[in-house]
Amino acid sequence: MMKVSNWPKPARNRAENGAVPAALTSAGEDEMATEPPVKAEAKHLSFSYGSFRALKDINIRILQNRVTALIGPSGCGKSTFLRCFNRMHDLYPNSSYEGQITLYPQNINIIGPKVDPIEVRMRVGMVFQKPNPFPKSIYENVAYGLRLRGVRNRKLLDQKVEEALKSAAIWDEAKDRLHQSASKLSGGQQQRLCIARALATDPEILAFDEPTSALDPMATSRIEELVSALRERVTIIIVTHNMQQAARVSDFTAFMYLGELIEFGVTDKMFTNPSNKLTEEYITGRFG
Amino acid sequence: MAADHDLRALIARRKAADVIFGALGALSIAIGLLTLGALLFDLIRTGWPRLSWEFFTSFPSRRAGQAGILSAWVGSTLIMIVTMCTALPLGVAAGIYLEEYAPKNWFTAIIEVNIANLAGVPSIIWGLMALGLFVHSTLDLGTSIRTAGLTLGLLVLPIVIISTREAIRSIPQSIREASYACGATQWQTTWHHVIPYAMGGILTGSIIGLSRAIGETAPLITIGALSYIAYLPEGMSETPPFLTWRFWKFQWLGSGYTALPIQMFNWISRPDRRFHENAAAAGVILILMTLSMNAIAIFLRYRLRKRVQW
Amino acid sequence: MTTIDSSLAQPGAAKVPSAGRFAPRGRVRRMKEKVIEFFLMLAALSSVAITLGIVGVLVYESITFFRHAGLTNFLTDTQWTPLFENARYGILPLLSGTITTTLIALAVAMPLGTIAAIWLSEYAPYRVREILKPTLELLGAVPTVVYGYFALLFVTPLLQKLFLQLGVDLPGFNMLSAGLVIGIMIIPYVSSLSEDAMHAVPMHIREGSYAMGATRVQTALRVILPASFSGVTAAYILGISRAIGETMVVAVAAGMQPKVTMNPLEPAATITAYIVQVSLGDLPHGSVGYQSIFAAGLALMAMTLAFNIGGYVLRKRYREAY
Repeated sequence: MMKVSNWPKPARNRAENGAVPAALTSAGEDEMATEPPVKAEAKHLSFSYGSFRALKDINIRILQNRVTALIGPSGCGKSTFLRCFNRMHDLYPNSSYEGQITLYPQNINIIGPKVDPIEVRMRVGMVFQKPNPFPKSIYENVAYGLRLRGVRNRKLLDQKVEEALKSAAIWDEAKDRLHQSASKLSGGQQQRLCIARALATDPEILAFDEPTSALDPMATSRIEELVSALRERVTIIIVTHNMQQAARVSDFTAFMYLGELIEFGVTDKMFTNPSNKLTEEYITGRFG
Repeated sequence: MAADHDLRALIARRKAADVIFGALGALSIAIGLLTLGALLFDLIRTGWPRLSWEFFTSFPSRRAGQAGILSAWVGSTLIMIVTMCTALPLGVAAGIYLEEYAPKNWFTAIIEVNIANLAGVPSIIWGLMALGLFVHSTLDLGTSIRTAGLTLGLLVLPIVIISTREAIRSIPQSIREASYACGATQWQTTWHHVIPYAMGGILTGSIIGLSRAIGETAPLITIGALSYIAYLPEGMSETPPFLTWRFWKFQWLGSGYTALPIQMFNWISRPDRRFHENAAAAGVILILMTLSMNAIAIFLRYRLRKRVQW
Repeated sequence: MTTIDSSLAQPGAAKVPSAGRFAPRGRVRRMKEKVIEFFLMLAALSSVAITLGIVGVLVYESITFFRHAGLTNFLTDTQWTPLFENARYGILPLLSGTITTTLIALAVAMPLGTIAAIWLSEYAPYRVREILKPTLELLGAVPTVVYGYFALLFVTPLLQKLFLQLGVDLPGFNMLSAGLVIGIMIIPYVSSLSEDAMHAVPMHIREGSYAMGATRVQTALRVILPASFSGVTAAYILGISRAIGETMVVAVAAGMQPKVTMNPLEPAATITAYIVQVSLGDLPHGSVGYQSIFAAGLALMAMTLAFNIGGYVLRKRYREAY
């Protein structure tokens, strides 16, 4: 069983994990000029519940400090794919993974049978579709992940909680009621609290599973702003059923259909000039 | 039209039947409630005059006028402590296992069938089991408060398990997922979230179980509870406030005892009318305890439903 | 519009220990989890152990008893006198006592309970139902020894006065009072479960019936009752089980003379009352008298088990799918 101290040191050979996928090199993209390293890579990833094959042979590279969006019609497997990243499927019986998802720079297959899901979840955070704060105080919600990691020092906790709440753009609304119940917050505030909770422990990847589908437009746009700003700090993968949201917020987009990855590319290009016919039909609303 | 007239008569008859049935229904409920009322009225009317400070602080006696329930209510209280200490940890642990950990296979099915079965075992059978298993067996726990508490604890166990499971089931999966996503293990999730949030439901079920255990007579008779106990168990003082530091030596666990329902049963069995008055007084106390416990449990359930909005 | 200060998006200066450095190592953590799960499983297994304990004790003592008394004797003899010189070991007297009191109780509880359930489910307005249902359940919260008192010292004198007017002399101990009181006691068992089953019948089925012009009672009796049949049957079975196993009411009010009779106006002993009677006395451990209570208990257990299983099977066969 993999002990944490065995996780390898960052690889020095950039060519190994730093190459940008060929499909993405396009002239004139300033962001692309800095060639971000790959944060995670799925290779021949498949996933089944019992006998149902939900994901079929997915190959994709998630780049560091960028927002990658997953779009597709209902049932295409985008949430299923996302939940592979933090091993959520392990909670339910009859699920089996095939292939790999390699996390860099540690170069470890996070869906490998020898890798402890707890270790994975301490590096990959998740924000869910329906805000799910614990019925505890705001402070305790954010501090939970820290306490799990053994942090007991009150001053350190206070500091990290404040940082997280600020990063989630909810500090001003929360600072005077840190010890009141989180259930008293509005839907949008609760979702930002969940983001703070996930950020408090400095995850390497933050996964968002349709984070705004239960929120009103005002709250939605605040969350979208947040997602855009957070990319400097953490790698983001976001599943959304709303194409316009993907267009607004992400750098790269992956289109999935019936468990397969149909097309993956730079967002602007995907939405203006997709290479695959199916992608084009989905984007223009011919089905979905 | 003749057909119209017939139809109208038919409808009128049907409506009358409807009203009559409605009355019958109300009547049925009324019969039940009236009987309860008659019971309470008769009990209070007979027993109330006997309720006094002396009644609470005297031992049973051959003279009806001087008999009291001191040993009985002290015995009942001590038994209840042991009952809860047995049923609560065991029941909550079992409930947690079945809801959070157990895989869905034949092994788990057997456990679940067993629990459903135990919930329907007549109370006197529990006494027989205790007689054979605890009192006269190699365990040799004898006729003691320990045995009585253990027996009633096992009797109440299915109730605690079922309440725990229901309480845990009402916690939505999204909370668990949020906890796991933060990096918690299964036990951390259970300890930090599932148990605290289910506590209300667990407590409600336990109170109902306790109220049932207080009134149980048959199992205690079977395991040999005596009804003429003119002393208090070891460590309890015979004058108020009854609690001494020696209580914590737990020697009372091995002591002989009596309990409120046993005392009441004993008094009813005597032909002397005055003992019947004592029995009524004991009955009033028993009812007050069980009814108020049930009322507290119902109230708790109501408050819980309002406070936690999932 | 809150602007998001980019500088704050950087991780803070104070470092949180990264996963694994301060938290317990993976292997230790998983071992801890497995141990905890093991103990929780033991707690759950205790229920199986308890069942084995009950069955074991009953069977063990009964076997010795049957060796002495004979199984056929037990099942067919019409006298139950294990404590006499010429001991007779027929369970029939005790059985007749149990069955008679149970039948009387059911004659009270089934009609009253079912009609009450129908009324609560189909007639009563919401608030009334919310108040009356828990109040009715209070009937089940009263300790059984108090019901015994009620049967002996209130119901029996009342019935005696009543029957005197009919020229009948009702003895102080009789099965009628006990049966009636048990019936009242199990009304909540029947009514609560039946009402739950009826309430669970979906609205659209009711609407179908009302749309045809049916009255409430017609809908209730012809549509709702059949639709909730499995739940109502389960409620009846629960009530039967409860009545069979009732001890204190019969021990106090029905007398302790075992006699083969179905006449409610006579005193008789039930299986449960017999066990109480022996326990009140002083029987040496290991004697036939002592073992006889386990045999009686075994008979009781067999009956309640049969009903519980029957109820379960019935529910499975008639499980309605909406």
